[in-house]
Amino acid sequence: MPEVALRHRFGRHGFALDIAFRAPDSGVTALFGPSGCGKTTVLSAVAGLLQPQEGRVVVAGTTLLDTHAGVSVVPERRRCGVVFQDARLFPHLSVASNLRYGLRRAPRDATGPAFEEVVALLGIGPLLERRPGRLSGGERQRVALGRALLSRPRLLLMDEPLAALDAARRGEVLPFLARLRDAARIPILYVTHALEEVDALADHLVLLDAGRVLAAGTVEELTARTDLPLAARRDAGVLLPCTVLGSEAGLTRLGFAGGVLLATLEAGPPGTRLRVRVRARDISVAIEEPRGLSTRNILRAVLAQILPTGDGPEVFLRLAVGESTLLARVTRDSVARLGLVPGLELWALVKAVTFDHRVIAAGPSPAPDTMLDSPA
Amino acid sequence: MLGAEEWQAVRLSLEVATRSVAVSLLPAIGIALLLARGRFPGRLLLDALVHLPLVVPPVVVGWGLLMLFGVRGPIGAPLNDWFGIRLVFTTEGAALATAVMSFPLIVRSVRLGLEGVEPGLEAAARTLGAGPLDRFLTVTLPLMSPGILAGAVTAFAAGLGEFGAVITFASNIPGETQTLPLAIYTATQTPGGEAVAARLAAISFTLAIGGLLLAELIARRMHRLLGRA
Repeated sequence: MPEVALRHRFGRHGFALDIAFRAPDSGVTALFGPSGCGKTTVLSAVAGLLQPQEGRVVVAGTTLLDTHAGVSVVPERRRCGVVFQDARLFPHLSVASNLRYGLRRAPRDATGPAFEEVVALLGIGPLLERRPGRLSGGERQRVALGRALLSRPRLLLMDEPLAALDAARRGEVLPFLARLRDAARIPILYVTHALEEVDALADHLVLLDAGRVLAAGTVEELTARTDLPLAARRDAGVLLPCTVLGSEAGLTRLGFAGGVLLATLEAGPPGTRLRVRVRARDISVAIEEPRGLSTRNILRAVLAQILPTGDGPEVFLRLAVGESTLLARVTRDSVARLGLVPGLELWALVKAVTFDHRVIAAGPSPAPDTMLDSPA
Repeated sequence: MLGAEEWQAVRLSLEVATRSVAVSLLPAIGIALLLARGRFPGRLLLDALVHLPLVVPPVVVGWGLLMLFGVRGPIGAPLNDWFGIRLVFTTEGAALATAVMSFPLIVRSVRLGLEGVEPGLEAAARTLGAGPLDRFLTVTLPLMSPGILAGAVTAFAAGLGEFGAVITFASNIPGETQTLPLAIYTATQTPGGEAVAARLAAISFTLAIGGLLLAELIARRMHRLLGRA
């Protein structure tokens, strides 16, 4: 389990970083926070490109940095594959030579996907003979992903790999990132300030602010909390792991631990696992079973908690739907009018079109999921 | 069209310029690296020293070389006594004087080329497992090579025309140290030498233009190779 603890101060009265977290052994751990919160500094220190004043970094059982023990492995021996925001492909080498640069220098006993596998995975076969100068931004970033992965790293570090791309290019690269994540079998630290990327890729989340860790945990856990800056966003809401069950009247049936959602999104064949962000502002509640509504998703729920959103006129309702938790954002006025109190049985209303363009991480399909067994 | 002595001057100029570039290229790359990347006391002093030939009169540079490398000079004496190497009044001496004069041109160009190398690329090479020498040879050097080539070509072209330092240090000996500009100067001092001077000047002009064109061509080709065009 990668272990990172860092303390660093830039200048005498400058920005101070004091961070510690652990990441799971596989999957994506997103370091998420506003610009200037220290995310990139953490990544540089793990890669060894920045020497922190105090710190400890352990990856795959190897201590890369321990300032107390006087250990600091040089970056070229850390075997941390880095994907930079600006790709940083070598302009004088072909795409193929770029890809092989790290592979040639990897230890002989290091294992990882083969050259051809990575090329196929990222769809960069037709680009192999080209120079980086002739690639589009999205292609460049895909090659950079391949180059990092082929260096047979123990850990992949991604520093806002999509931030330099426009929305269309981001959409082009994102599915490849998801495929790489599923193929890599090594932990990935992913720095971003885009919630969309967290939704699509992250399994684990480390929330950073002003050089400190605000919270760390699974994405589902943290998005269901209302005391974090995540909840203050307009698109706040829980991330719900779902499985495609099939289609019904042109809509996709998504099974989750607690029921079934109908959505307009096109997620892929039955069995596809994905995560859907159910935005709190898209959920309304009723104290009687509603009739004659266009809303397709009407779920039985128990009001677990009423939580403040801050000073505004709104509150969060934490709703238990089967084993899942949903957050709904309603006005204080509604709470008073309907007499909402914890323990009350409610109906939660979610419009099917709400999930539009919220296709998230189409994961590998097999693995029968427990959530399929839950009553629909 | 040209007399034997005139051909000799052209050949000698080419030889001296070539040798001067050959001698100064590697040290110039080293000094440029030191000046661009090094952090040591006296860096500014070294910088000034390297650039001295650009601002000091060439004759003074020649005189300085004469003092150092003359047969009784602090460097010239041991060279002469121990190895039998004499630099004054020889082709090698002319090449040395030319090298010293064009040294700052190469250093400046190499340094510009080096500063044009994105440091992020070296960091990327590091994370991919490349050690210091490895990443210098596979990333830094190829990317700074346009600067090196441009410096070499400029120094060569300038070296063809070096006058003051050569005539002071190596004298004006036909077949030994009388390069193109020296031959032109001699012709202008000789009664009836106008035609020779004109022909040599035309050759000088052609070589200079050719050098510039070559430099431009190389630069374009390099940029294409490096994927920047």
